[in-house]
Formats: sequence, C-alpha cells, structure tokens
Amino acid sequence: MSWENLGTFIAMGGYGGYVWGSFGVTAACALIEILALGARRRRLLRQRAE
Amino acid sequence: MSGPGLLASVCAVIERELRIALRRRSDVMTSLIFFVIVVSLFPLGVGADPALLRTLGPGVVWVAALLACMLALARLFAADHADGTLEQLSLAPQPLMLLVLAKTTAHWLTTGLPLVVVAPLLGLQFDLGSEPLLVLIASLLLGTPTLSLIGAIGAALTLGLRGGGALLALLILPLYIPVLIFGAGAVEAVAAGLGAGAHLSLLAALFLGTLAFAPWATALALRISME
Amino acid sequence: MIAIRWFKYSSPQTFYPLAGRLTTWFGALAALLAVTGLYIGFFVAPTDFQQGEAYRIIFIHVPAAWMSMFLYLVMAMWAAIGLAWNTRLSSMMALAIAPTGAMMTFIALWTGALWGKPMWGTWWVWDARLTSELILLFLYVGFMFLHAAIDDPRRADRAAAVIAIVGAINVPIIYFSVKWWNTLHQGASVSLTRSPSMASTMLAGMLIMSLAFWMYSIAVILKRVRCVILERERNADWLREPGATA
Repeated sequence: MSWENLGTFIAMGGYGGYVWGSFGVTAACALIEILALGARRRRLLRQRAE
Repeated sequence: MSGPGLLASVCAVIERELRIALRRRSDVMTSLIFFVIVVSLFPLGVGADPALLRTLGPGVVWVAALLACMLALARLFAADHADGTLEQLSLAPQPLMLLVLAKTTAHWLTTGLPLVVVAPLLGLQFDLGSEPLLVLIASLLLGTPTLSLIGAIGAALTLGLRGGGALLALLILPLYIPVLIFGAGAVEAVAAGLGAGAHLSLLAALFLGTLAFAPWATALALRISME
Repeated sequence: MIAIRWFKYSSPQTFYPLAGRLTTWFGALAALLAVTGLYIGFFVAPTDFQQGEAYRIIFIHVPAAWMSMFLYLVMAMWAAIGLAWNTRLSSMMALAIAPTGAMMTFIALWTGALWGKPMWGTWWVWDARLTSELILLFLYVGFMFLHAAIDDPRRADRAAAVIAIVGAINVPIIYFSVKWWNTLHQGASVSLTRSPSMASTMLAGMLIMSLAFWMYSIAVILKRVRCVILERERNADWLREPGATA
C-alpha cells in the first residue's frame, strides 16, 4: 500500500476525519488511562509517606 | 418438635405480604398510576397519529410496565430490612431461597398482576386490535413474573444503599431487555399478522430459567447485604 | 508441588512485585505489536473496493469489541472465584479489570459510530452487535457503580460479584434476543465486520492489533491492581518494609 504523499495519507480518501477521529480518540483514551494510573499510584505513595 | 412445613411457611409469608399491601393500598396503587401516566405521556410526546400509535403501542405499554415493576421493587425488602424482619427470615429453618420466592410472588401479585389487568385498557388507547390485546395480556402475564424475579436480585444487592433507586435501575434494566424484546415483539408480531407462538415460548423459557436461578441469587445477595 | 508454586502468588503481598515486573513486559509487547499492526494496517493492507479508506477503522473497532467481551468474562470469572473461595486478590482483579473493559466498550461504540456514518449515513445503527455493545457498557458501569456505592470493601466485592455473574449469564441471552429483534425490524442486516472474505493482509492486521489490545489490557490491569492493593492493604505489615512499594 503506497501513499503518494503525506497529504493523501492524512486525507484517507476523504474519510480522514472518521479514520483519524477513531485512531485519535483511541490513542487519547489509552494515554489518559496510563497517565491516570500513574497519578493514582503517585498519590497513594505520597499518602503512605505521610 | 416440627415447625411449619415448607408449603405452610411459604403461604404464611405470602399471606403476610398481601395483608401489609392491603393496609398500604397507596403503595400498590402508586406503581399502577405511574404505569398509566407513563403510557399517556407517549402520545403527548410523539403526536396522535393513529397509525404511529398503533405501531408504538406494544413497545410503549411494555416499557411502561417494566418501569412500573422496577419502581415497586424498592419496597420488596426495604421495610423488612429496616425493622429486622429480614434478619429473622434469614435465620429461619426454611431455606431463604424459598422465603424469597414467597416474597417475590406476593410482590408480583400486588404489582405485576394489576398491570396485566389494566394493560388492555391502555392498549385500546393505542387502537390495538382484539388479537394483539389478547397477546398483550398473555405476554405480560408471562413476562411480569420474570421481571419481579430478576428485580428481586437487584433489590437485594442495593439494600440500604444511598442512590438506591437509580442504582437499582442501572443494574436491572439491561437484564430486563430480553423480556422486553420478546414481550413487545409478541404483540407486534400478531399485529403484523404473524404468529406470536415463538415469542411466547421464549418468554415462558425465560420465566422458567429465571425461576430456577433468581431466588437462589437473591438469597445469596441478601446474605451479602446483611452481613 | 506445582500447586504450591501457583498459590504462592494468590496473596496480595507476593503478587504485588510480580505484577510490577509483568506490567513492563506486557507494555513493551503491546507497543511492539501495535506498531506492527498499525504498519500493516496503513502501509500493507490495500484500499477496500467498496469502503475506500474508511474500512481501516476496523483495525481498532474489532479488537476493541473483542476485548470488551473477553474482559467482561474474565472479570466475571475472577469475581466468581473471589466470591466462592473468599480470596481478596481475585476480587481486586475483577475490580481492576472493569474500567479497562468499559473503556474498550466505549472505543468499540465510538469507532462503530465513526465507521457507520460514512458507510450508512447515520451516527448510530441499531445493528445487533453495536446494540449488544451498548448493553455491555451498561453492565460494566453497573458493576463499577454498585461497587462504588458500598462502603465496606468486602461487601462491595461480593455484591458486585453477584451482579457480574448474573450479567455474564445474561450476555448470551441478551445477544440472542437483540439479534432476534434486529432481524425482525431490519430487512437487510447491516454488518460492521466484513464478510464473506477479507484480504489476508487485512485479517493479519486485525489479529495483530487484537493481540496488541490484549497485551495492553493486561499491562494496564496489572498496573491498576497494584494501585488497588496499595489502597486496600494500607495497614499491612509487608507494606511497611523499605522498598516494598517498588
């Protein structure tokens, strides 16, 4: 599968919004989940130290 | 020394529940009135086009019946839990499962059965024909006991919790969906000229399956909630 | 002998450090698989004849949907084990799984909508699978909210276990009834996964992404269960020792 240039890759044949909306939200969810867990762990360790 | 037999205990519990319900008639009537009001809301919301209402009718009556059943569930264990009767029942020699079944039966008699009686009148508001109305009665007769049985599990799990009613709804409405689909589906099938046999058989199957499983799950949930 | 080795990890104390090491490994595996899967999805798999480039959403939608269902069953299993054998760690695992499972369900629904709009014109289709996913989300949320509403952790674990088990039993019944409802109310069934055949590169990409999602889920769930252990075992002696929380 070869894309002509970055432009066509992002456009995704006109479906760019849908495709990147899907991948983007998924990546965002994963990121939020990981960061939230990190924050939760740090908060718990901080509470233990008190 | 032998205590009362199993059947006698079950009948005693049902009798007690019915007597309490008769004394608190307004509690029983509330869910019935709620049922009538909710059904009446739909034409007000979607317009009075007879063809549209005829299509919506079975679904609307069924959803309203489902919600009315759910509304009355909070009453199932709450009062007995508050005054300690529930604990006494759990300590009784009779299996808790059976006593739960008795309470659920009484609950259905005071909640589900009145719905079955009133539903055809509401069905007329939606211009349902005589055959669909008969199937409506049959589907509710088969479905509402299942709703009571499933609901009892939710009522037992949420015993004494804050946010009770809404949480109960969140827990059991997804579980009500198959009953709703087959119940409303039966009436819609008959209205469309097809037979309702398959739907009613599935409703009966759901009822039997729930009867076999739900009282046990409810008794387990009660013990968990009371410890 | 083997039985004793297995049960060694059934206490929070021994499981905690193991989970910490495993998280890193599964996380790395997930990243590797995701990169591979995405490469195949965007640079190997060809354009679809009917759906154009929009079909590439399948590389997220299907893995998320599979994980959402798989995680629910695993959650119900751990909850049941915790209920039956009174093992604290099993209940903690069930609790740790729920948010990730719910997230997978949300992603399945979100990508389903974004796929449905260009394909069938509406943001939501009452397709049997999407509708079942929606109900699955309600089941996850019910589990989490019931647990959150009960103050005593052990009562919460056990009550939530009951609803998880009841839900698990109902999932096939719900799916069957929704499928029945869907075929009666809709003429042609709209399917969000391709049939009858899929190009092998598309299938490969989908399977690798599914594995990536699986590894990710394990990594995140193990990380979360460590947090749950820290919260629940607050006053335990083993946590007071230096380096125990590493």
